[in-house]
Amino acid sequence: MTNSKATRVTMTETPKRNAEPVHAPAFFAQIMQWFEQLPHCKLLGIKHLSSSAGSVTLELPFSDAIIGNPQTRVLHGGVVTTLIDTASGSAIYTLLSAPEAVATLDLRIDYLRPAKPDAPVYCTAECYRMTEHIAFTRATAFQDDVSKPVAYAVGTFARTPLGKEGA
Amino acid sequence: MSCPDLNVDSIADLQAVLARIPYAGLIGAEVREHDGEPLFVLPYRASNIGNVLLPALHGGVIGGFLENAAICHLMWAHEASVLPKVVDFSIDYLRSGRPQDVYASCEIVRQGKRIANVLLTAWQDDRSKPIAAARAHFLLA
Repeated sequence: MTNSKATRVTMTETPKRNAEPVHAPAFFAQIMQWFEQLPHCKLLGIKHLSSSAGSVTLELPFSDAIIGNPQTRVLHGGVVTTLIDTASGSAIYTLLSAPEAVATLDLRIDYLRPAKPDAPVYCTAECYRMTEHIAFTRATAFQDDVSKPVAYAVGTFARTPLGKEGA
Repeated sequence: MSCPDLNVDSIADLQAVLARIPYAGLIGAEVREHDGEPLFVLPYRASNIGNVLLPALHGGVIGGFLENAAICHLMWAHEASVLPKVVDFSIDYLRSGRPQDVYASCEIVRQGKRIANVLLTAWQDDRSKPIAAARAHFLLA
């Protein structure tokens, strides 16, 4: 269990925060590269855009394959779920400095407006509270205007030291 | 969406609906009949993996599969020609999704005039050991 920097950080637990760099930049870069190479993330083309301590922004490029309604061409909610899950999970690693497993416990997503076709979807996720065993996240998915989110989500993740997954 | 040729009268019609939803094809979602109800199947494919160490299916894929199952189940239950819109979706991940087929069923808990509340369950080889449970609201057009 790595509870060094992760649990010592002063979490604001409120949305406003001063952006500090991720705790272990080299480690985080490695983790993000690993995330982008995961088969399903690679299939969707999910890319890391920016990050700071406790926060990550990812991009999901548009493709016809992620459409959910063939007539309106609006994106499928399921692909937004995947973007939010990936962004929320990776936000946790901005506060870590050594590998560990995080597993999604639950995710609650409000679909605020349809995700339009022919444009990317972005997701900014925050890990706003971290305890020894649990990470709490919130995320906003948006397109051209961050003040008009496509979806808002909260989640919890279980932290597991490496080698003890599934225990 | 409304096209007259897309009326869902039977579970077989749901296959035609699935074939028209690009995202359903991307993850490979299928439907078959079980005890007179639709049973949704997500045959294993490597491109749905989200953790290469375990390995495990991407949690987002399981979520998307369940959301898609709810859309199809609601169309079947209402003999609808219009795709319902998801309002909110809440999923509990109970076990990691192993690299094998996933099954899902949908139960309509409450059906109003415009809004439906549904309960979804996903499992792999043992139905009594679900890998995920979800609840969601849909807006029926």
